Amino acid sequence: MSSVGSEPGARRATAGGYGLEQDNYLTSSRGILSWIFTLDHKRIGVMYLISILSAFFLGGMFALLVRLELIAPGKTIVDADTYNQFFTLHGAIMIFLFIIPGIPAALGNVVLPLMLGARDVAFPRLNLASWWMWVAGACLAVVTLLTGGVDTGWTFYTPYSTSTGTSVIPIVTGVFILGFSSIFTGLNFIVTVHKLRPKGMTWFRMPLFLWAIYGTAVLQVLATPVLGITLMLLVAERALGVGIFDPALGGDPVLFQHFFWFYSHPAVYIMILPAMGVISEVVSIDSRKHIFGYRFIALSSVAIAILSFLVWGHHMFTSMSPLANMVFSALTFSVSIPSAIKVFNWLATMYRGTLVLNTPMLYALAFIFLFTVGGLTGLFLGMLAVDVHVHDTYFVVAHFHYVMFGGTVMAFLAGLHHWWPKITGRMFEEKWGKLAFWLVFVGFNTTFFIQFVAGTQGMPRRYWDYPERFTPYHVISSIGSFIMAAGFFVSLFCLLHSLMRGRLAPANPWGGNSLEWWTPSPPPTQNFDRTPEAEDPYDFTEWKYDRQVRGYVREGV
Amino acid sequence: MISGSLRALVAAMGAGEGTFWLPSQASETAAEVDASFRLVYWISVFFLALITFLLVFFIVRYRERAGYERQQAPEHNTPLEVFWSVIPTLIVIGLFWSGYRSYLSLAVAPQNTYEILVTGQKWNWQFTYPNGYVDAQLHVPRDTAIKLIMSSQDVIHSFYAPNFRVKRDVIPGRYTQVWFTPLATGEYDVFCTEYCGTSHSAMLSKIVVHEPNEFDAWLEEASDFLTRMPPAEAGQMLYRMRGCKQCHSVDGTVGTGPTLAQLFGTSVSLVGGATVTVEENYLRSSIVDPQSQVVAGFEPVMPTYRGRLKDEEISAIIEYIKTLNQ
Repeated sequence: MSSVGSEPGARRATAGGYGLEQDNYLTSSRGILSWIFTLDHKRIGVMYLISILSAFFLGGMFALLVRLELIAPGKTIVDADTYNQFFTLHGAIMIFLFIIPGIPAALGNVVLPLMLGARDVAFPRLNLASWWMWVAGACLAVVTLLTGGVDTGWTFYTPYSTSTGTSVIPIVTGVFILGFSSIFTGLNFIVTVHKLRPKGMTWFRMPLFLWAIYGTAVLQVLATPVLGITLMLLVAERALGVGIFDPALGGDPVLFQHFFWFYSHPAVYIMILPAMGVISEVVSIDSRKHIFGYRFIALSSVAIAILSFLVWGHHMFTSMSPLANMVFSALTFSVSIPSAIKVFNWLATMYRGTLVLNTPMLYALAFIFLFTVGGLTGLFLGMLAVDVHVHDTYFVVAHFHYVMFGGTVMAFLAGLHHWWPKITGRMFEEKWGKLAFWLVFVGFNTTFFIQFVAGTQGMPRRYWDYPERFTPYHVISSIGSFIMAAGFFVSLFCLLHSLMRGRLAPANPWGGNSLEWWTPSPPPTQNFDRTPEAEDPYDFTEWKYDRQVRGYVREGV
Repeated sequence: MISGSLRALVAAMGAGEGTFWLPSQASETAAEVDASFRLVYWISVFFLALITFLLVFFIVRYRERAGYERQQAPEHNTPLEVFWSVIPTLIVIGLFWSGYRSYLSLAVAPQNTYEILVTGQKWNWQFTYPNGYVDAQLHVPRDTAIKLIMSSQDVIHSFYAPNFRVKRDVIPGRYTQVWFTPLATGEYDVFCTEYCGTSHSAMLSKIVVHEPNEFDAWLEEASDFLTRMPPAEAGQMLYRMRGCKQCHSVDGTVGTGPTLAQLFGTSVSLVGGATVTVEENYLRSSIVDPQSQVVAGFEPVMPTYRGRLKDEEISAIIEYIKTLNQ
């Protein structure tokens, strides 16, 4: 990392800078201690980025092991108990260590204060504490790997989780600590957005990424404590025999599911809302056109944040009463409307634009398509009668991978490539980025589309073995997963190559007008040498492409 | 009303046999569920096609290229945005109603059903018929409304019969219900769909649908196996039917529990250090009070069979275990 942007002179023949020409946050101080105890939001963001990408790699390896085991019925590589640990760790690592902190803590940490024209987040020490909490939680998760694994699924349903012999308590404690990491980030961002907006940035002139991160932060602060309490109760029952969920002790096992999903359904939106924010930025900038229907997009983020608290019951359509099911089914459909509005607004943004089909835009366009598939298949699951048939089958597995992977991960990759020049000061090679995109896109659809069919045909999820007739679905799915893995290795190569060999990035390679593009790439430690004034973030007309700079420049800046 | 007529329309577009998407229908309510499925399926196909078409069309039409001049376009258009907020709202209200109506048919059983008790345990299903006979498969007569009263011995399971489009969690400490009317004779899959540990994917059974006039004869013959068969043979059947074989092998393989092969007459060491000789009384107490003498190296996970196996049945199982020494 420290070599990045270290060549003086050649860099920053750039426009659009309030920045200090020599200094940048990556090279301003050296040594491991200057990173792990930094209070600079950008460095914390980079540390988060490295951390969550490591978790993504680990979770991805477990996914490949799962797909390898399932390529044929019966035992292929491991026995049932080991397989159960594989899918549990795949889920737990991906959800708690990668996808929840993914966009807000890694990209958000770098970008949010820059977009606000601020020096840092409101509470830099809390920000650093959040990353350390993540590290502590991750260590406990790794401890479970070494102490016999955990086989409950990432949902820890009782009474299975209170009776199994595996290391439930360490991983649950890890998730509890990770919850604090998430709360700290959320709290910090709420205060930062409220208090540190620059002159000229009213609520309705904030970049939509900030609206999305703000909505996410509210969810993190309000929902995560419920998860913490629930997991504490689980530990109390398992370790001390306090009867809360176990019917043998006078408890109610379904109560755990209500508590768990009261957090975990909003958590789905903690994962997808920031992704929608990224897409609003990338689609608008790479269409070279003002976002369409700003207010509808902004307010739909708020609507999603509120409605997401009212739909948790749809995870229990096969155990609740018909009346409760009816109410939750109706509420569930309500949350689909703001999502539909966003999709239509993104399409309208592209209408009559000038579409620049660079790597971030390809990921963003893929997001729109894949999120549409994920959203529409959500309608199947909201319909009570249809849900009863496909509940806990591969249809659900395919649905949430389309939303979480086709949605959030695609948006994460869009955002990662979009802000990569800003974060590292280096451009990546478009040809490698695009090759990786196509492998990931084709691999993803091969892996997961067929799982919808497997699910409607009745293939239950979390099965180590399966009847012969499901074999073709699994073979196709496993082949897709290997294509996708190849795509990620190309992507990794593309980004590492850019760090070593990439050309120096201009301040504004894509022509955005939100404030992060007004400062050099990478930004100086102070971000801006004087507080900038905000304009309409989606008015790109003043920025003209400059062939020498190979980026966008603006007169008078 | 609109959704009702739409449902009728899509129901006419295909039903009965298995399709690319859905397995064949084995119950009356399956057709109703599938009508809801087709409704949401075709609406989704329409919107996915529309959005994909627009995406591709815009990419082709508006991509950056030499000679392309951009035209003016509005930043917002409130009537248009209200339009595309209201239309999805109306559609999802229709979908909700369709799903809810079909669900009521699944959830509300008619009067005068034939009731069978279902017990889920790690990792098998047991079906108790009105005369007290217990089987590992669910045998039912065609064209009769069947109601299952279900409960679990240990963790949460879920009873799923894809061809019947029914699924309901099976929960310890409470009863849940499922009902259906089988349409055609044959054998159909039963899966457990709530993750329950090691052999979750082996927690399978079959629904066997008989001709209505043959069902009673089947039940009568199946029920008096104890008088029909020699004890060791009856014991072997109980071993297969009542969930012993999910954990105890008869070929020497170590499973979740100790193998039964070459077991009788040997000495085994228990958790806590004691040693016992395997004879009739030890086997009997291991069945009715399995937690009291756990073999060293195994988890105390076996549920009790006290009250669930009759004395003759326990004796038959012990006779069967003796035969495994040969």
